[in-house]
Amino acid sequence: MNYTLIGKHEKDARDCRDGYANAMLKIMSENDRVLHIDCDLAGCVNATKIKKAYPDRFINAGIAEANAMSMSCGLAATGMIPFMHTFGVFAGRRMFDQAFLSAGYSNWPVHVVGTDPGVTAAINGATHMPFEDGGLYRIVPNAVVLDPCDYAQAYSLTEKLVDCKSLSYMRLIRRGFKTVYADGSDFEIGKGVVLKEGNDATVIASGIMIDNALKAYELLETEDIHVRVIDMFTWKPLDEQLVLKAAEETGAIVSAENHFVGSGLGSAIANLLAERKPTVQEYIGIHNRYGQVGAQEELEKEYGLTAEDIAAAVRKAIERKKM
Amino acid sequence: MEKEKMIHELKVFAAEIRLETLKIIASLGSGHVGGSMSIADALAVLYGAVMNVDPNDPLKKDRDWCVLSKGHAGPAMYATLGLKGYYPIEEAYTLNRFGSSFPSHTDHLMTKGIDLTTGSLGQGISEAVGAALGNRMQGIDSHVFVIIGDGEADEGQVWEAAQFAAHYKLDHLICLVDANGRQLDGSVDEVMSHGKGIGAKFDAFGWKVIDVRDGNDVGQIYDAITEAYQITGQPVVLILNTVKGKGAYFAEETGEHSSKPSAEVMSEAIRRLEADLENIRKEVR
Repeated sequence: MNYTLIGKHEKDARDCRDGYANAMLKIMSENDRVLHIDCDLAGCVNATKIKKAYPDRFINAGIAEANAMSMSCGLAATGMIPFMHTFGVFAGRRMFDQAFLSAGYSNWPVHVVGTDPGVTAAINGATHMPFEDGGLYRIVPNAVVLDPCDYAQAYSLTEKLVDCKSLSYMRLIRRGFKTVYADGSDFEIGKGVVLKEGNDATVIASGIMIDNALKAYELLETEDIHVRVIDMFTWKPLDEQLVLKAAEETGAIVSAENHFVGSGLGSAIANLLAERKPTVQEYIGIHNRYGQVGAQEELEKEYGLTAEDIAAAVRKAIERKKM
Repeated sequence: MEKEKMIHELKVFAAEIRLETLKIIASLGSGHVGGSMSIADALAVLYGAVMNVDPNDPLKKDRDWCVLSKGHAGPAMYATLGLKGYYPIEEAYTLNRFGSSFPSHTDHLMTKGIDLTTGSLGQGISEAVGAALGNRMQGIDSHVFVIIGDGEADEGQVWEAAQFAAHYKLDHLICLVDANGRQLDGSVDEVMSHGKGIGAKFDAFGWKVIDVRDGNDVGQIYDAITEAYQITGQPVVLILNTVKGKGAYFAEETGEHSSKPSAEVMSEAIRRLEADLENIRKEVR
């Protein structure tokens, strides 16, 4: 793991999805068993460049996700390394039995990429706004679940997935993200990253919430509140040591995710802490609601995902730990 | 003469599969007799004459694959693989017991010789499609066989897989439909009919359709697969018109999906299958 934090809250000129697509171009040039399967959404993940470069290893399965999923498992059984893309809503709900049995239970390493996680679906609205996709994959035994935050991280994790021997699911932002890391940053699946040190509380976040968490850190610093910020881009397997250490040293946790809190990152943390080290925890994320249309910024406000929301949760968590 | 001899051997193999299938199910007392017995002849042809497989090297790269998409017919597959020498057949008498390597539905992680895990209907045909594509991408000139049920074909995924296979011209994929006309709740026509017929549906999806008038006749199945091997540019489906429960008299009478006959009835059915096998063995070649 070797990364450079930028985190200046600036909108990236590039598409996050290009982190995936460009990494694919690289790994496909190195390994002729890697291929991309799409469900008529190649244009949405910039996979058209993959098709152009490797027409024989680009498979469009049409608008038929269930077949695409099980079919990818057959490919994996012959030794191919399939990366399969569709929108997160379909990657989760529409082909879940196929992901669970054909891939998970059968132990075939198929790498599912679901675009437009949570509020980043923005004007596509409720039907295309997955708050549950990561949680669904979390309940598949041995599956790997990733929620990268930007171009560099999506690029690095895509590269790492080639060697991942089990079903994986990556929530991939298309647009609407801020640069967190410098290009060339390298990450390890299953290892969280401590972005800011602090001992009053810990914000554990992923995806678009990383930038909001860094803003919250700056806000709180002006109040002399020092929070640790962890990028927990791997939801499963969770970096348990890092979470337990944060609980031990800061005594208050705020989980922050662009996802339903009942099944995502916050739940994964709570499951661990309840058993190993009961700790005050506040949950930033979606609470028992469906999506809706709107600009991403509006939706972040509507669902309480902003830096201000995180800062308020930190203050509350610190109060609670004093009780 | 050579072919006649081979067909006779396949008849014997099918009778052995039937007998062992019922013995495997009898070891537990109940199971999916109907859909297991109806495909015994197809499995006899595949593993007895057609497929390039090696029980001592079950994962060899250039093998032919067989995916039992109607995974509940596991006992027939276990009988076939045991008789073929993948494992001592007696091991399969542990069917569905805790810790057994022979689960109700076929599972490639559990049983030697099973190519892909199935059980949730519709998924196996998609998996087979992927295997056929993967082999082709790697320049492996092998065939992938997939056995589905006519009841299973209610599943939308079957047709997603069918359109994909035709679109990608997977001519090394051969689908065998066990058209026994029955599903769990009754006849296929009663529960969920296939419009102009399941063959017509595959035809509309761009497949070459071969109707096998008697899907329990090893000679007819063999000839159909020989014909299928000649087809290029499209996947092939064999519609096997079979009898559910074929050979297990109690299940054949009712066409039931799963059976739990009394011990006496089961013993009588096994006795009759043993007699059938002896008679077929004695047939003049």
